[in-house]
Amino acid sequence: MKRRSMKVLLPAACLFLAAAAVTAIASGPAGIPLLRILTTILEGQATPEFGILMDIRLPRIILGFAVGGALSIAGVILQGMFRNPLVEPYTLGISGGAALGAALCIILNLHYVLPMTALPLSGFLGSCLVILPLYFLNMRRTVLRMQGILLTGVMMSFISSSLVFLIFAISKTQELHSIVFWIMGSLEEPSWTLILILTAIVVVCLFASFFFAPVLNALSLGEEEAVHLGIDTERAKKQLFLMASLLTGISVSLTGIIGFVGLIVPHFVRMLTGYDHRRLLVVSFLVGSGFLIFCDTIARTVISPIELPVGVITGILGGSVFIYVLARRQGSARPGGSL
Amino acid sequence: MIEIRGLTCGYGEKTILHDIDLSVGKGEFFGIIGPNGSGKTTMLRAMTRLIRPATGTVLLGGTDMKDLHIADVARKVAVVSQSMPLIEMTVREFVLLGRIPYYRKLQFFEKEEDTAIAERVMEMTGVRHLAAVLMSEMSAGEVQLAFIARGLAQQPEVLLLDEPTSHLDITHQAAILDLVKRLNRQEGLTVVIILHDLNLASEYCDRLVLMDGGRIRKVGTPAEVLDYETIEEVYGTVVVVRENPLSRKPFVMIVSEEVRDKCRGRS
Repeated sequence: MKRRSMKVLLPAACLFLAAAAVTAIASGPAGIPLLRILTTILEGQATPEFGILMDIRLPRIILGFAVGGALSIAGVILQGMFRNPLVEPYTLGISGGAALGAALCIILNLHYVLPMTALPLSGFLGSCLVILPLYFLNMRRTVLRMQGILLTGVMMSFISSSLVFLIFAISKTQELHSIVFWIMGSLEEPSWTLILILTAIVVVCLFASFFFAPVLNALSLGEEEAVHLGIDTERAKKQLFLMASLLTGISVSLTGIIGFVGLIVPHFVRMLTGYDHRRLLVVSFLVGSGFLIFCDTIARTVISPIELPVGVITGILGGSVFIYVLARRQGSARPGGSL
Repeated sequence: MIEIRGLTCGYGEKTILHDIDLSVGKGEFFGIIGPNGSGKTTMLRAMTRLIRPATGTVLLGGTDMKDLHIADVARKVAVVSQSMPLIEMTVREFVLLGRIPYYRKLQFFEKEEDTAIAERVMEMTGVRHLAAVLMSEMSAGEVQLAFIARGLAQQPEVLLLDEPTSHLDITHQAAILDLVKRLNRQEGLTVVIILHDLNLASEYCDRLVLMDGGRIRKVGTPAEVLDYETIEEVYGTVVVVRENPLSRKPFVMIVSEEVRDKCRGRS
C-alpha cells in the first residue's frame, strides 16, 4: 500500500467518520428516513422519533466515537513504546482486570445498590488492579522495564481470565448471561453523564498524546537512540504507559471488551501514514472512531431486533479486512517492512 | 572537550570500566581500540549519559554531565551507533529526527530552519539524492551515511561513532572515514570513534586509547600505542608492525599460525 499525503488522508478520515455517523443515525428498526431525521433534529420537539434519535442512537455514536478513538490511540502509543506491532491495549491484561471487576460486581449484586455506576466503576477498579502492580512490579529504581511489563501483563491477563472462569463456574445462569454479555462488549450505555465524562477524557488524552508525538517518533528507533536524541525516556515511558492505561481502563469499564480496534486500526493506518506519530495519532483516532461506529451499526441492524455484541463484529470485520490487506501487500512483495 | 576523571561504571552489579582517566581535546580525532568486551562501547555510553558513573565524573565542555539536561547533551553530542533501524522511514524523515533536541515545548512540526539543516547535512554526507528512499531499502553503507547525517542534524560539537565501518567493504570504509575526517578538519567537529580495525584506527586517528579488560592500557599517537609487544599482549595474537610508506603511520599485520610455525622451524 502506498503512503498518502496528509492532504488526502485527513479529509478522507474525517469523511469516513462522518459517513459512519450518518449511517449510524439513519439505521435502526424504527426506519426513520434520512430527510425526516434532519427535520426532526432541527425542529427539536419531543416526538417519539426525536427520542429515538437523541436518546438511543446519538449516545451510541458518541460513545463509539470516544471508545474507538481511545482504543486506537492507546494502541498507537503502546505499539510505539514497545516497538512491537502486535501489542494492543488488551495485551497488558487491562481488559482482563476490568472483566474480573465487572464479573465480581454482577455476582455480588452490587449493581442493585448503584444501578447506573456500579458496573463501570467496578470495571475501572478492576483495570486499576492490573495497571498498578504492572507498573510497580517493573520499576527498578527509576527504570521502567518494558519487556517486564509485556510479560507480566500477559500473565495478568491469564490470571484474570482464569478468575473470570472461576466466577462463571460458581454463578447462576442469569448472572452468567449478564457477565458474558458485558465481556463481549456493547456500546449501550444509559448514562449521558458517563458518556460525556469519557468523551472529555478521551479528547484531552488525544491532545496530550499529540505532545508526545516527537517522543514516540524517537522511541521508535529504540530507547537508546531516543536518549541520544535528547529524550528523557524514563519519564516519557511512565507518562505514556499511564495514559494508555487510563484510556483503555475507562473505555473497557464503560463498554466491555471490544477487541481488535486497538490492534488493527493503528496497524492499518500506519501503512498509509508511515511511521510519523504526528500523522498516525490523528488519523488513527478518526479511523478508529469511524470503524467502531460503523461496526456498532452493523451489530444492531444485521439481525435486528436482536443485537449482536459489537466485539464480534470488530473481530470478524477487522480481522478479515486486515488479512486481505496484508495478503495484497505481500503480493506486491517488498522486503523488510512489517512495521 | 570531554574529560573523564576516575570513572568507574557498569550495568547494575557488574562493573565494566575501572578507574578511567581520559581527556579528549576540542577538534581532536580520537580513536578507541581494544579487544571485544574490553569496555569500548561502555566508555562511549558513559560519554552520552546512557550510563551513570558509579564513581568519578564525566565532564562535557567543562560541565559535569549529570548537571546537564538530557536535551542539552543531545545538542552537543551526537551518536552514530551500530543499530540498524528496521522501521519504514524515509531518509529525510530519519535525518529530521536529529532535530528533536531543538524542539520547543509545544512544537509539533519542524520549522523551515530544521528542514534547511536536514537538506544541508544530507548534501554534506551525499545522501540527498536518497532523501525519499526508505531506510529499509538502502545498503549498509548508505544507512551509515544517513546515520551520520542525522548526527550532524543535531549540530553537535562532538560526534561519537561506534564501529561505523564494520560490515562494509573498503570503498565504503574509506568513504565514511574520509567524510568524518573532513568534518573534523573543516568544521572543527570533535570525533570519538570506536574502530575494530587497527589499521583504520592508525590511519585516521590523531590519538588512540587502547582498552583492555575495562582499563586503559595505553593512550597516545598511533605510533606510540601500536607497537607489536603491546598488541600481542592485549590481543593474544602474533603481529608484525611496519610503517605505511605513504602516511608514516604504523601498519599492523597478523601472522598466521602456519607462518608462525614455519618461521619457528627455520630459526
